[in-house]
Amino acid sequence: MLEIKNLHANINGKEILKGLSLTVNAGEIHAIMGPNGAGKSTLASVLTGNPAFTVTEGEVTFNAKNLLELTPENRSREGIFLSFQYPVEIPGVSMVNFMRTAVNEHRKYKKLEPMSATDFLRMQREKKELVEMDNKLANRSVNEGFSGGEKKRNEIFQMAMLDPMLSILDETDSGLDIDALRIVANGVNKLKRSDNASIVITHYQRLLDYIVPDFVHVLYDGRIVKSGGKELALELEERGYDWIKKEVDGE
Amino acid sequence: MSTDILNEVTQTDYKYGFTTDIETDIIPIGLNEDVVRLISSKKNEPEWMLEFRLKAYRHWLTMKLPDWAHLNIPEIDYQSIAYYAAPRINAPKSLDEVDPELLKTFEKLGIPLHERMALSGIAVDAVMDSVSVKTTFKESLSELGIIFCSFSEAVENHPDLVKKYMSSVVPYTDNFFATLNCAVFSDGSFVYIPKGVRCPMELSTYFRINAMNTGQFERTLIVADEDSYVSYLEGCTAPMRDENQLHAAIVEIVAMKNAEVKYSTVQNWYPGDKNGVGGIYNFVTKRGICKGAYSKISWTQVETGSAITWKYPSCILLGDNSSAEFYSVAVTNHHQQADTGTKMLHIGKNTTSHILSKGISAGLSQNSYRGLVKINPAAENARNFSQCDSLLLGDKCGAHTFPYMEVNNDTAIVEHEATTSKINEDQIFYCNQRGISTEDAVGLIVNGYAKEVLNKLPMEFAVEAQKLLQITLEGSVG
Repeated sequence: MLEIKNLHANINGKEILKGLSLTVNAGEIHAIMGPNGAGKSTLASVLTGNPAFTVTEGEVTFNAKNLLELTPENRSREGIFLSFQYPVEIPGVSMVNFMRTAVNEHRKYKKLEPMSATDFLRMQREKKELVEMDNKLANRSVNEGFSGGEKKRNEIFQMAMLDPMLSILDETDSGLDIDALRIVANGVNKLKRSDNASIVITHYQRLLDYIVPDFVHVLYDGRIVKSGGKELALELEERGYDWIKKEVDGE
Repeated sequence: MSTDILNEVTQTDYKYGFTTDIETDIIPIGLNEDVVRLISSKKNEPEWMLEFRLKAYRHWLTMKLPDWAHLNIPEIDYQSIAYYAAPRINAPKSLDEVDPELLKTFEKLGIPLHERMALSGIAVDAVMDSVSVKTTFKESLSELGIIFCSFSEAVENHPDLVKKYMSSVVPYTDNFFATLNCAVFSDGSFVYIPKGVRCPMELSTYFRINAMNTGQFERTLIVADEDSYVSYLEGCTAPMRDENQLHAAIVEIVAMKNAEVKYSTVQNWYPGDKNGVGGIYNFVTKRGICKGAYSKISWTQVETGSAITWKYPSCILLGDNSSAEFYSVAVTNHHQQADTGTKMLHIGKNTTSHILSKGISAGLSQNSYRGLVKINPAAENARNFSQCDSLLLGDKCGAHTFPYMEVNNDTAIVEHEATTSKINEDQIFYCNQRGISTEDAVGLIVNGYAKEVLNKLPMEFAVEAQKLLQITLEGSVG
């Protein structure tokens, strides 16, 4: 589904990704871990086309399409979803209006008619239950005045609404208490199918108790330096990242 | 990145930029006493009206263009403007007698003049260049005693009302442009709502400039007698022309005891092209007086057009317990300049005023809010709350706020809040990531920002205004 080959990217001339390669197939969950500043969030930004970053080298193919040629909105419409680490507030724009615009843009891209108000509201009601989201949140402005936990739940709600092929969860666990974490993780698990995939970016192995990955990768200094099964996450939890840094820097 | 997109500022289509090919009765350019007399005689005006015009004209000769606004106003040659242009029609009795070209024009603009087609439930007075073309629903309104007609007809048929109220809110000496209007005004709308009558439909005037080298100088007078209510809408457009055209209007509102007047404007005069060539110079004096106790006036404006906007819809709160509101969204793009705001003059006891101004600047434009809240010594317990927000799109535009306060009574409570923000790239990217294009994202964000004001507009207008905001800002953000 997704193939990243030798990806290099920088922000304001500073190289962050330095030859990253990764393959994700349908039905898989990949966890990406690594120390601060390794380039985890940059990877999420580059895959979704954040204009702050410049790709200087490498290839990314998504379902046989050259992803790097697509605009950010078309990447979304092709089925890439990012659950933001810091979801932004958009004052005055109601969640309903925002989501309806997004859903209908996706439908237009697929040459489908816009959804009727009734169908949309029905779908919204179903998906909200998935993340145990309060009815009131949907009538408020996008993320405005939401607590940290509400914002993250709102991300997963949007993910459910847009039904992506590939979801990238960027530090979705940060700032969540244990109950919110469970709710968010449950939501993600319920959305898992054999034809979609996830990349879970996290600092701690805690989240991986709830969302069980098929593969764990360690990102360090702009590259994936170690890959393994879910047991790698436990080892990292126990030993920290220093031993990996030494391995790599000692090369 | 943001500058890349900003540099790509796309050509915004001004969809009202067409001209109508119609025979026009236009007087030669230039301004002198004979021209004033000529306008008056073209309109078959009574002597008192001519006297009023001449008095104003003579006073105007002694006045200078005000220079206090934060505007760069190019020299205007008042001798190169034609002060009267009229589509050649002879007061049509029915729609069948109206030139089909004219009807087509207003249909193109989405203004229903066919009464049987006017399902929208709005009565319209359509003004092209200097004259009122057609007023709809006049008969059914008159059954309620409501007078809704062109200003010229009012002068002819209701001279006592016109004499009593005309210039009672904006005196002929008021300011340079208002005085000029008093001398050469052409047409406009007149509304009178009798005691205890709630006007059952929205009244609307649609102003259209068509002829070249002309100025449009209309005046509107709305009188709401005791215990009455009316909601009034005003729309305006003009063809795209390379030259600048002058528009200097007057709107006066009188609200008697317990009366309420809501005045809403969507101003969309041609703003000039993206290089700042052409466009309307819009110098308008709008003022209302809450004359009786418990009367209420609210101004709601969405300003997207004009090369230069100079406009301060104001209220004199004379009656005790009267209240006034000013809700404004002013958008400027490319080379547009706007200096707009309000004046609230508190004279009566327990008077309240509320000001909510939302400025949006893009491109190379300059957008200023200018407001005065004045509490007179007699105005016990007056209250004002003002909020002025500015939103910047890009880094080459300017937003300015000039709030003035004069409080001469210790019991008054006057509050002012102001914010300035930029549309941030994170918001745009967030929308992009959900599949929403940058253009649509800007539309969503700007409409969200202006929502409090747009919510004050009548339904039909609100939808139009939302679209307009988006069109005006097309291609202006990254």
